[in-house]
Amino acid sequence: MAEELKNIVLDYVTKEYLEDDSEPLTYETPLISGGIVDSFSMVSLKRFLENKYAISIPDDEATPEAFDSVNKIVSLVERFLAKK
Amino acid sequence: MSNIGSYDERVKNFSWAVAEKELGWKPGEVINIGWYCTDRVCEMGKGSKVALYWEGHTGTEKTYTYNDIRLATNAIGAFLRGLGLRPEERVCLFLDRLPELYLGFLGILKMGGIAQPLFSAFGDESLLVRLSNAETSAVITQKKHAPKVRKILDKLPHLRHIIIVDHDGAAPLRDREVAFSLEKSAPVEDFATHPTTAESPSVLHYTSGTTGMPKGVQHVHSSLIAQYLTAKWALDLRDDDIYWCTADPGWVTGTSYGIIAPFALGVTQCVLDAGFSAEAWYKWIEKRRVTMWYSAPTAIRSLMKAGDELVRKHDLSCLRHLASVGEPLNSEAVVWSEKVFGRPFYDTYWQTETGSIVIGNFPGMEVRPGSMGKPFPGITATVLDPVKNEPYPTYGKIGLVGLKFDWPSRMRTYWNNEEAFRKKFREGWYITGDRSKLDADGYFWFAGRDDDIINTAGHLVSPFEVESALLEHQAVAESAVVSKPDPINLEVVKAFVALKPGFTASRDLDLEIMNFIRKKLSPLAMPQEIEFVDALPKTRSGKIMRRILHAKEWGEEIGDTSTLEND
Repeated sequence: MAEELKNIVLDYVTKEYLEDDSEPLTYETPLISGGIVDSFSMVSLKRFLENKYAISIPDDEATPEAFDSVNKIVSLVERFLAKK
Repeated sequence: MSNIGSYDERVKNFSWAVAEKELGWKPGEVINIGWYCTDRVCEMGKGSKVALYWEGHTGTEKTYTYNDIRLATNAIGAFLRGLGLRPEERVCLFLDRLPELYLGFLGILKMGGIAQPLFSAFGDESLLVRLSNAETSAVITQKKHAPKVRKILDKLPHLRHIIIVDHDGAAPLRDREVAFSLEKSAPVEDFATHPTTAESPSVLHYTSGTTGMPKGVQHVHSSLIAQYLTAKWALDLRDDDIYWCTADPGWVTGTSYGIIAPFALGVTQCVLDAGFSAEAWYKWIEKRRVTMWYSAPTAIRSLMKAGDELVRKHDLSCLRHLASVGEPLNSEAVVWSEKVFGRPFYDTYWQTETGSIVIGNFPGMEVRPGSMGKPFPGITATVLDPVKNEPYPTYGKIGLVGLKFDWPSRMRTYWNNEEAFRKKFREGWYITGDRSKLDADGYFWFAGRDDDIINTAGHLVSPFEVESALLEHQAVAESAVVSKPDPINLEVVKAFVALKPGFTASRDLDLEIMNFIRKKLSPLAMPQEIEFVDALPKTRSGKIMRRILHAKEWGEEIGDTSTLEND
């Protein structure tokens, strides 16, 4: 499950936010601090996760730190999936 | 003692000649911002002083002395001239916060070109509108952003050169593309800076309008005089400062106070090319021993949200002076900053069109938390009665912020749009588009915009531009875009959308439309919320009544609805 989730998030971020695909993303690539996803775009990434996994992530948990890599995003999503 | 000393004394005895004398310039002489920011500083004996500490998001560090930036800007100027670019041609900078952005800006000015910085997160439509309007001749960009330029290339007949600053040979250059490497280019010791004069055009910044497409705000080389003095007096920049301006040079703060003023003053500044993170920011201040920090309310509120504990984990005792710009700074943020940093953020007020700070809380005067402050010496500002277009005779009334249009860094016109420029004036006053009131002691207090423009995180977004882009989505029949309150960004974009027959509102469609706007215009313009509606409120003549939707979002009185079609 975790691997599948990781790949879905990685593919989505690559497709939607990566402008230069010459340096492929990894699960640990810094997304927010690395300037790939900005704080405004984070809203659409959060919306994608909520739609895809039928979860609701409160704004105070959707922090730049929590969204800063695919691995961190996956941890966040898994936490909310476990609550369902 | 601050640079400004006594505010009241400065107001009494003010003349812009103070700055002209310090810059060693007399009216009628050659003035070139690029030269003043590099060669002149070296001539003053500061060639070996650090001009720029730069760090990228991967941790790469670069340091440039004033002599380094003199040679590098010469090399860029020579390269542009070698391509056949001529004075007053528009050269766009479409870059992340790389050293090439800062030095490219000055190199363009040195060869006499007009620098046109554009925010690198702009989508292809935002880029197209601005490059078409300016009839831009060249774009300096990087591999990462080049695809957006390529996508619109066929619609840009004036664009002759796309200069890629990080071309690595992995993929061939395409039509009109040329590589330029700052690191590999030979330093150019002698370069004939173009002899621009006071009224020679220098910078073209695009700003959003209520109706119509973005307008190119045209500045001139003598803007330096006001940018220099306001940085010295309002920001209190000193020779031994380590200065950090967090603004991106895609916007006017990032050029007026992120390039021109600090370099002209010969100050050391630092640039962190990374996304926002409270921890990273505090580490940066601590690492570089930042003494003067110029930031924005949205960032300050984000830092507040990150908590006081994080501040205490870092040694930020280096901070000497803090200032803010972009949107009204709420009093809570001023009080918080005094608590955690031991000093307040001094709010400053200005806009793309003014080119430099016109109202502010200055060192040497009492800071009133939540207030915009007082006019900078030499600036005549007032609150106008919107009906009579004359200053209110008494204080306390909310009206339009008006300025006497006579300081050196004021815009000279909107590019190819003299009519829009003329509309900014009433009875001899320049109308900023903001509303405020004055208190008994002459402090200005912000009260909101006088139009539909959305100020999100200090950046202006035109509802018209977003609505126009929304109509290009296959599912959208019509839309209305307004601001909605946001605790961090002050305001964010909200869209009301009526769908075409055959389309059904859903969360997936909502996300699709958000991403459509983000890529087409910019992340700032992306609606943070979309509300699907059956119909939009309109006048009987068919005009969408945004103000009704705006009032609903802000919990305000809807007002007169007598002209409402479906009343």
